[in-house]
Amino acid sequence: MSEMPTIRSRKLEITYNIPISRTLKFWEGLKEGKIYASKCRKCGKLYFPPVADCGNCYSSDMDWVELSGEGEVEAFTHIIVRPVSFQEHPPYTVAIARLKEGVKALAWITGVKKKDVRIGMKVKLVPRITEDGRLTYEFKPMRE
Amino acid sequence: MKTRRVAIIGVGHSKFGERQDVNVKELAFESIKEALNDAGVTPKDIPYLSVGSIGVWYEEPLPAVAIAEYSGMSGAGLYKVEAACATGSAAIHTAYSAIASGYVDLALVVGVEKMREVDTLTAMELMGRAGSYLWEFENFGLTFPGYYALYATAHMNRFGSTEEDLALVAVKAHGYGAMNPLAHLRREISVEDVLSSHVIAWPLKLYDCCPISDGSAAAVLASEEKVRELGIDTPVWITGIGMSSGTGTLSYREDYVGLEATVKASKQAYRMAGVTPSDVEVAEVHDCFTIAEILAYEDLGFCGKGEGHKLVREGQTEVGGKIPVNLDGGLKSKGHPIGATGVSMMVELTKQLREEVEPRSRQAPLKKYIALAHNVGGTGHYCYVTILRR
Ligand SMILES: [Zn+2]
Repeated sequence: MSEMPTIRSRKLEITYNIPISRTLKFWEGLKEGKIYASKCRKCGKLYFPPVADCGNCYSSDMDWVELSGEGEVEAFTHIIVRPVSFQEHPPYTVAIARLKEGVKALAWITGVKKKDVRIGMKVKLVPRITEDGRLTYEFKPMRE
Repeated sequence: MKTRRVAIIGVGHSKFGERQDVNVKELAFESIKEALNDAGVTPKDIPYLSVGSIGVWYEEPLPAVAIAEYSGMSGAGLYKVEAACATGSAAIHTAYSAIASGYVDLALVVGVEKMREVDTLTAMELMGRAGSYLWEFENFGLTFPGYYALYATAHMNRFGSTEEDLALVAVKAHGYGAMNPLAHLRREISVEDVLSSHVIAWPLKLYDCCPISDGSAAAVLASEEKVRELGIDTPVWITGIGMSSGTGTLSYREDYVGLEATVKASKQAYRMAGVTPSDVEVAEVHDCFTIAEILAYEDLGFCGKGEGHKLVREGQTEVGGKIPVNLDGGLKSKGHPIGATGVSMMVELTKQLREEVEPRSRQAPLKKYIALAHNVGGTGHYCYVTILRR
C-alpha cells in the first residue's frame, strides 16, 4: 500500500446479528414469493422498505400489504468497482423504481443487458433467495 | 435569539494526499500548530476543542482524546463530531454555537482523516455501508460512486446534462488543484482523460470521483470580545449557518435530481446572513463526484434547476465568471479526507477573504467579501452551508 515504514495492527473480524423480529412478516414473505410493504393503520402511510413503527404519526400498529412489484425505473447505475465483500460478484446494476402503489424500491436489476437498461423502463420486483441462503429481492424487466 | 458574533481568527492546513508518513495525531498536529500560530494563541488558551473525524479507517477509536493528548490540550472541553462527509462543517458548527451562546470565548476545531491505512476496496466498503446498511448495502453493495451515479443518470435523463459536462467539472477542479501546493492530485487533465478513464459506477468514471485522501485542517474561532483583546486585524466572520438532513435510505427520497438538504440548509444560511445567492463572490461546494457539483450549483441557487451543467459549460464558475467555485481544486483534486473537508473549506475561504491566496491566479476578485461553503454528508444525508464575510 505504501513504501513508508508501518506497523501492521492486530486483526479484528466483525459481523453483526441484525434483529428482524419486528419485520419478520416481510422476511418470511420473501420465502413465500411475496413482497410486503408495511402500512400504518392509524395514518395510512405505506412504507417500503417496511418498518415496525410509523415515524409519521408514531403509531406501532402496522398492517402488511402485498405489493404488485410492478414499477418504472427512475435512476440506475452499473457498479463496476465493487466493495471488498462483493468481490466474488461480477459487476451489478442497481436501479430505483417507483412502484404502482406509490412507494419506491432500490434493488439489483437482472435479466437484461447493461446497454438496455433505461430510465422509464417497466420492471417487476420479485423475491430471491441467493445461493448462500440470503433473503433478498431484485428487479426483472417486464415485457410490454 | 440574541447571540454573539463569531470570527475565524486562525487557520491551518496539512498537505492532503497519501500521508503514510504520519499517524492521525501527527497529521492533526500539523494543521493545529499552524492555526494556533496564525491566531497568535497557545494550546493552553484553548478551553474547547471540537474534533471532526469518522475514524473507522485508522487505529484510534477515540481520536479526539488521542489528538488532544498529543497536541497538549488534555483538560480542554472535548468531543468528536460525526456528520459523514459534512463532519468538518458540523465540528465548526459546534464551536460556533459554543461561542455564540457565550459558553466560551475561544475554540479550536480540527478535522482530520487517515483513510489510507486500509486498502481502497475496504475504504469503499466502509463508505458504502454508511448509506443505509440493511436496505442498500447488505444485499445490493451500493458504493458512494454508485449513489451519486444514480443521481447522475436521473439528472442526465431529466435535464440533458452529459458525460462531457461532468468531465468539465473535473477539468476545472484539476486546473485549480494543480496550482494548490496542498492538493492531493496536482495535475491538469483534459475532457478526453476523464472520458477515457475506467468506469467506477456508470456514468461516473475514475476522474469523476474524488480520491481517497489523508489530511487535516484546523481553525481557531473567537468571540468579538476576544478578537478585540487579541488585536486580530482581519477576522473572518461567520454570518450564517444552515443545517439540514435527508433520509439515509435512498428509496425514501422524492426524486434524484437534487439534494433537498442543500436547498433547506442554504435557505437558512442566506436568511441568517441576510444575503442572496448573487451576493456570493467565491464558493466552496461539495464536489465528491462531478455530478455533485452540478447539483450544488442548482440547489444553492447559483442557477435555476436543471441549468447547472450550463454554468460549467460557460465557464461561469471559474475566476472571472459569475461565481468562482472550488478554487483550491475542490474535493475532486485537492482530496477529500472526510472529517477534514468541511474545515478545509473554511481555511480556503478565510484565505480568499483575506486575499492571501497563493498563487494569485487562484484568488477570486472580491468587492463585497462574501463567501459560501457547502458541505454534504453522504448523499444529502447531512448538509451544512456556512456563509463567511470579512
Ligand atoms: Zn402513521
